[in-house]
Amino acid sequence: MKRLLAALACATALNAFAQADEIAHPDPAVEKRLKDLSEELRCLVCQNETIAASQAPLALDLRNQIRSMIREGKSDDEIRAYLVDRYGDFVLYNPPLKANTLLLWLGPFALLIVGGVVVVRIARTRRAAQPATDVPPERQREINALLEQGERDGR
Amino acid sequence: MNMRIVKFGIPLVLFVALAAFLAVGLTRDPREVPSPFIGKPAPPFSIARLHEPGQQFSPEEMKGKVWLLNVWASWCVSCRVEHPLLVEMAKRNDVPIVGLDYKDERDKGLEWLNRMGNPYALSAFDVDGKVGIDYGVYGVPETFVIDKQGVIRYKQIGPITPEALEKTILPLVRKLNA
Repeated sequence: MKRLLAALACATALNAFAQADEIAHPDPAVEKRLKDLSEELRCLVCQNETIAASQAPLALDLRNQIRSMIREGKSDDEIRAYLVDRYGDFVLYNPPLKANTLLLWLGPFALLIVGGVVVVRIARTRRAAQPATDVPPERQREINALLEQGERDGR
Repeated sequence: MNMRIVKFGIPLVLFVALAAFLAVGLTRDPREVPSPFIGKPAPPFSIARLHEPGQQFSPEEMKGKVWLLNVWASWCVSCRVEHPLLVEMAKRNDVPIVGLDYKDERDKGLEWLNRMGNPYALSAFDVDGKVGIDYGVYGVPETFVIDKQGVIRYKQIGPITPEALEKTILPLVRKLNA
């Protein structure tokens, strides 16, 4: 009975070992590609995390799915297409340039141009305007006299 | 006068536009991602049923009918919110509902249906969530309206609300059945 139990325990341990193999003996090349790929993919459960970083069960499933697709020899583009087919462009942190993402891609540049134009116009009006500290000529003469006097006294 | 319009008018217009965009944004649920499945054929699969482990279910079997595929699980909290509505729908015989028990344990799934009532024509048992991935499931419960040709026409993410049922799902089912 004891021997049977020991054999069973051993078998269970072996089984667990076989299951953990994926994580315990990872293929560095596969893991590198998995990491690079999943870092540019959005986890849909916790939308501000990548599939690489998320602890959500779905992210774990998707990492496993991507890992097995890499092992099957699928290219990065094929894997991305597989995910976009299921979750839409939203899954990509680097969305493609399309008609409905045009605003997303060009919006910041448009804002930059608008901001630049505004800044240039403000700068021009400021330069053209009279300085605010404009002094009448007689006051200026007074000031100059005082300054000269000050300089003489200082020596 | 002209200068005043420029000085106050432009920032005012910009502010109103920004406020309008933000106000609309507040009313939208960021979890509702537009599904790429609408108008596409329901992905094929064949997996064991929940009640009859020996029997398979495949969406092919529902060809010729308008039906709902409802993704649920015994561990899913919002499924409890939605469930009474599904039971009511089944009583009224609105539309056949097929359940997809997603990443669940068979015993727990069966017990859940015993306790809460079983509105499903049948439930398929997606133990490893593979079918869920093929259907782009990311927030259980989710419900797909599938037409007679097996094309997905609508996807509800999260629980079906009475409002969504009356205003969107049932009218769509009636239209597809007509």
